[in-house]
Amino acid sequence: MEHAPVWLVNSLIYLGAAVIVVPLSKALGLGSIIGYLVAGIAIGPWGLGLVTNVQDILHFAEFGVVLMLFLVGLELEPKLLWSLRRPIFGWGTAQVVGCAVVLFAVGWAAGASWRVALVAALGLALSSTAIALQVFGERNLLKTASGQAGFSILLFQDVAAIPILALLPLLAGATASDHAAMTGLERLFEGLKIVGVIGGIILGGRLALRPVLRWIARSNTPEIFTAASLLLVVAIAALMQFVGLSMALGAFLAGVLLAESEYRRELETDIEPFKGLLLGLFFIAVGMTIDFGVLLKQPGLMALLVVGFMVIKLAVIYALAKAMDIPYQQRPVFTLLLAQGGEFAFVVFQAAGPNVLPPEVTSLLIGAVALSMLVSPLLLVAIDKFILPRYDTKSGPALDEISEQQDAKVLICGFGRYGQIVGRLLMSQGKTVTVLDHDADTVEGLRQFGFRVFYGDATRLDLLRVAGGATAKAIVVAVDDIEQSLEIVDLVNEHFPQAKIIARARNLTHLYQLRDRRVPYIERELFESSLRSGRSVLEVLGWPAHEAREAAMSFRRGNLQIMNETYPHYKDRAKVIAVAKEGRQQFEQQMARERALRKERSGRGWEEDVKEAEEELVP
Amino acid sequence: MFVPMNDITTTHEKPRIYVLAAHPHWRDSRVNRQLMEVARALPDVNVDVNDLYSSYPDYAIDVEAEQTRAASADLIVLLHPIQWYSMPPLQKLWLDEVLAWGWAYGPDGNALRGKDCWLVATTGGPESSYHPQSYNRYFFDAFLPPYEQTAALCGLRFLPPLLFHGARSARREDLAAHVEVFRQRLASYPHWPEMDELDACPTCVVPQTDRPAEPDDFAKVQAAAFKGAIKDAFARSTAPSNTEAA
Repeated sequence: MEHAPVWLVNSLIYLGAAVIVVPLSKALGLGSIIGYLVAGIAIGPWGLGLVTNVQDILHFAEFGVVLMLFLVGLELEPKLLWSLRRPIFGWGTAQVVGCAVVLFAVGWAAGASWRVALVAALGLALSSTAIALQVFGERNLLKTASGQAGFSILLFQDVAAIPILALLPLLAGATASDHAAMTGLERLFEGLKIVGVIGGIILGGRLALRPVLRWIARSNTPEIFTAASLLLVVAIAALMQFVGLSMALGAFLAGVLLAESEYRRELETDIEPFKGLLLGLFFIAVGMTIDFGVLLKQPGLMALLVVGFMVIKLAVIYALAKAMDIPYQQRPVFTLLLAQGGEFAFVVFQAAGPNVLPPEVTSLLIGAVALSMLVSPLLLVAIDKFILPRYDTKSGPALDEISEQQDAKVLICGFGRYGQIVGRLLMSQGKTVTVLDHDADTVEGLRQFGFRVFYGDATRLDLLRVAGGATAKAIVVAVDDIEQSLEIVDLVNEHFPQAKIIARARNLTHLYQLRDRRVPYIERELFESSLRSGRSVLEVLGWPAHEAREAAMSFRRGNLQIMNETYPHYKDRAKVIAVAKEGRQQFEQQMARERALRKERSGRGWEEDVKEAEEELVP
Repeated sequence: MFVPMNDITTTHEKPRIYVLAAHPHWRDSRVNRQLMEVARALPDVNVDVNDLYSSYPDYAIDVEAEQTRAASADLIVLLHPIQWYSMPPLQKLWLDEVLAWGWAYGPDGNALRGKDCWLVATTGGPESSYHPQSYNRYFFDAFLPPYEQTAALCGLRFLPPLLFHGARSARREDLAAHVEVFRQRLASYPHWPEMDELDACPTCVVPQTDRPAEPDDFAKVQAAAFKGAIKDAFARSTAPSNTEAA
């Protein structure tokens, strides 16, 4: 048998491990990251030993983090980034410095030399951008307070890694002389190089990138556009590497610069799969770097190290989360994601060199960080299982979640702008109303206005039951989300058939879907108010108010009729268009007939009438 | 402007007139619109014109505001086309809601007592059609008792109506003359030649035992509760922090 090339064997190992382990881990409810880590352990030197050149793979896979930050940048317009400057520098500094100071103090007190304690503290203070952003993204938390705060802090860490790395040679007392050889002129030159490259990226991104992308796009070769997208990120990463800055930071910068361009979506879809695969490879590599030899030699020390640094970070970051006013339901996830060690720690510890960190300390620290990255997704699962559900069902200090059986005749699900109008009308009539809303901010805000609003997800049967679904006469479904709305309607239809549903439809398709479910009262959310505005326009054009109203009512009837006629065909787009077109034509003809009739009846048009009246009035 | 002292002491020598103009389709109106405009344009007369169908296109009458306006007038003018031998529906709704028990009639229902009420109406059919031998079968007077008695129950003196028949087909000169009569009447009120010959308003006392049955009361209670709740809600929404602190 001929010897297969290395890349083929490696691909086989990595892809095979990932494809087998990740779906398994997902099926067990552990998430994809744990899957990748376990796959890494399995194929690494301490597992099956299929792969040995772990460091090379790790360096290669770090490019996944670079791609990820490019994508994150694409989502962040410069304006938004500018508005985040305070959290980035304020909270970022607070997190890194806060954690590092406490870690350093504890490490020093525990008897480590101050150099070891300092480098370890700085390295351990950083967190895993890859895991944290992946989790924030998977959970749709990026737009929430905790997501924004987490992102800002992680971004700051990327920046902070640079001075930390620059600090290491200074700490290495013995080798300091090498670096002292670097003259002031050279330093100036280095600085100029950095400023020049960043300036070049910003200028190039602003001026050149879009025309170039347009030119490439015009070639109509999709794979070339993909290649160009990759080339762009690779080139920027190389440039940053050249001046000794973080590749990820550069890619992020490029992403931000392209966030407002028309190619944003295309770049995203092109880069996304590469990012996913490389990030997976990165997690696999982290799994492989866990040195079980060190772990086995000093299991107690290792455990102490992992637990120690994570507890310290958890405490500091939780206090920080409190100070940042992050809603308390989001705090556990936020805290845990930032408390784990990160990939930058690997870089820091390895770059420190034997003069600062003895080799056995280095592998101990790297092991601890890798373990924390393995443990934190597991802890996340535990949080989901044990801590978060408690927020949903048990009374907390600020939000007494719905827990006592309610028996109001009316239950309103979703108390945004729509549900509020419905609810306030009912309350003004002295009706008691039970309100469920799953947005903590909304609930807290409305509480301050004196409304009895309960925190809870109305798509959960048990909460609907506690909220009085079984005794309600009317259930108002006023949530924003179409999927959730349909979900609630299905639950009510199945379990609380005695209740009449009053539903808000976001659009026509949603309305038809509600009709499929036999919802008796459906209102398109914008229809009636748009008719009102239409009336106002007619009035501005000189129509008497009452006649504007009649016209709107007549239009309304016609519109509802067309809607009824199109309903049976709503899944067939072509038919819908045909039916709607015909209906509209008929309706317009009818309106024209009415106008003609009116003209005949009054004997003349309104405009000339007005003129005549005015003539007679003017003496 | 400087006003001599004695002018203020003689209470409103200028009579106040409240014109309720009701026409569901002003664009089809030939006579009533001109009448309304002429009332609006009157100089030196204290006329308050309310175009009902424009004020309340959704039929949600502001009863409190209407009662205030009606109570401050000396003369209430009902200006509208006759539809199906009666007034347009919004004018009827206005009567139903504004002329409330205990306000316009019944015990202490004296808000309008001593004032005048004047019907200014148009008909589509010519005068000759309001005749036992014609298609409307009655003289027009036969359709007036509901108006007259409504006024009487509220203590309003019902002035002789000003009518304009055959509004669609009338000649322009006749129309112009009619508008001019209306204008002069408004301007000269209350100094009309026939005023002295008019009988005083008959007194109609509604005994307490005839007060409206509970449904009406219930509606009132509800209305009061509604208003209270709204006021509460407003107070809460304007000062949320205060209520929190309290």
